[in-house]
Amino acid sequence: MSETPSITREDVAHLAKLARIDLPPESLDHYAEQLAVILGAVAQVSEVAADDVPATSHPLPLVNVFREDVVRGSLTAEEALSGAPSVESDRFRVPRILDEA
Amino acid sequence: MSTSTADAVVPYDEVIAEFDPVLGLEVHVELGTNTKMFCGCPTEFGAEPNTQVCPVCLGLPGSMPAVNATAVESAIRIGLALNCKIATWCRFARKNYFYPDMPKNFQTSQYDEPICYDGYLDVDVETDEGMKTFRVGIERAHMEEDTGKTSHQGGATGRIHGADYSLVDYNRAGIPLIEIVTKTIEGTGKYAPEVARAYVTALREILRGLGVSDVKMEQGSLRCDANVSLRPSPDAKLGTRTETKNVNSLRSIERAVRYEMTRQAAVLRAGGTIIQETRHWHEDTGITTSGREKSDAEDYRYFPEPDLVPIAPDPAWVEKLRSELPENPAVYQARLQAAWGISDFDMMAVVRSGALDLVAETVALGADQAAARKWWVGELTRIANDRAVELTELPITPADVARVEALVGEGALNDKLARQVIEGVLAGEGSPDEVVAARGLAVVSDDGPLLEAIDAALAESPDVAEKIRSGKVAAAGAIVGAVMKATRGQADAGRVRELLLERLGVSE
Ligand SMILES: [Zn+2]
Repeated sequence: MSETPSITREDVAHLAKLARIDLPPESLDHYAEQLAVILGAVAQVSEVAADDVPATSHPLPLVNVFREDVVRGSLTAEEALSGAPSVESDRFRVPRILDEA
Repeated sequence: MSTSTADAVVPYDEVIAEFDPVLGLEVHVELGTNTKMFCGCPTEFGAEPNTQVCPVCLGLPGSMPAVNATAVESAIRIGLALNCKIATWCRFARKNYFYPDMPKNFQTSQYDEPICYDGYLDVDVETDEGMKTFRVGIERAHMEEDTGKTSHQGGATGRIHGADYSLVDYNRAGIPLIEIVTKTIEGTGKYAPEVARAYVTALREILRGLGVSDVKMEQGSLRCDANVSLRPSPDAKLGTRTETKNVNSLRSIERAVRYEMTRQAAVLRAGGTIIQETRHWHEDTGITTSGREKSDAEDYRYFPEPDLVPIAPDPAWVEKLRSELPENPAVYQARLQAAWGISDFDMMAVVRSGALDLVAETVALGADQAAARKWWVGELTRIANDRAVELTELPITPADVARVEALVGEGALNDKLARQVIEGVLAGEGSPDEVVAARGLAVVSDDGPLLEAIDAALAESPDVAEKIRSGKVAAAGAIVGAVMKATRGQADAGRVRELLLERLGVSE
């Protein structure tokens, strides 16, 4: 059951594209190897966890943590925009986005 | 790539003869909660840019989301009203993408664990064989958050292609959204466009009845995306679908579905293939244009949101919410229709114009149902359309209309004057009584001035007078018209006619 997961160059290129990371082609093999090692390490969990251990996304056994629907203070536009690299008309100015709309 | 040239289309009758349409509708509803989904920022529409934002909805480091209890309750109520099952345990998930409308680089949504699933909504459509009910299956209704508003600057079209840069306002980012997704809608045949419209209309009525959203399509608090595909026959496998976005009125939904069917039919008939893509609806030209191709780039790498704990609605709470649901709009409509004694067709006209509650209130205030419908479904709907606003946004209330009708009933106003009073109310001149007083509008009921006006009109047209005397009663209309004009419409036309014939010694 515990085979080392294989990661191809294509997988790495796809992930890099999704994450908007510009990876040079010569580094694809390098990262494929590293990612395979990481996945292998994580895969060991499934060896330890028996069927009676459910997949879990949160360490605390809590549900239904709610907030009442009551308005709290917001930031001012100045505060909100204070960290923005570029601002115009009280809005965040961002580069145009290609290939997405 | 975008193109503004119109595609070839096939006449609708031929589309139906050759193809079977299949629909899927996704409706996004902005909830009318006081605060956002995961933070305490207010949700007012139209606030100054970036004044309803905080570290949470700006995605600043170290901020933590907290779920709005009212939004969860609204989601469950919507699910119950749509005959859905309510999940006993579900989670939020991160939908990862790079686009500046979400400052976090992900949208908090639900993925494979929607809070509501597997429901249906029955909708009525007028067919050649009379009213027919279509059952639209509901796949899921899940909670998510709205995105910020980007405006593209520079470039010729205002669209993203050719834009130099974009400006982003995050006031809308984080407002609670419920996305309601239908199952594939099959078996509608030629009524696909009408079913699509009827579904969104019925859904809007339900949401309005629940009071969970202001459901204003023109302000974007209710948005519809229409998936459309064609196949050669109902037993063929599903065709490739397109998703038309930006459909912002009930009428547009019907038009957009119809247009997409005629466009796809032309592509298929020419031996082409449909590309799975997003298409943009253009209200002005009534066509869709190609947007973005769906590709493997659309891999959102969903994973459970680690900053939020699961939601496990207590069954007792769900049952309490179920027991408190308002009357189903379909049942409510049937009850009103029976009370008013009107046909399916007339009732449909009321529902389609969005006037149901307004008519009902006007009737409750004492107006005759026919008169209330005449105003709201006729005159006022026309004015609302001209002004491109919802009926409810016109500055006139059911009480105003009921008062005008009461004045008509007392004989103080005739139809023409009533119209002027309504006009005055819409122009902000005050209540109906104030308009009547200010404009000096009242039916001239004293015969004296009428007889004077009649004599004047007869003297003006002796030839017409002679015709009437000789028995051509039809000619009386010209004199009555002249008298109505002379009295600025403030006379009762029937009475003028009576007096005129009496004067000339002619009987009908
Ligand atoms: Zn906030």
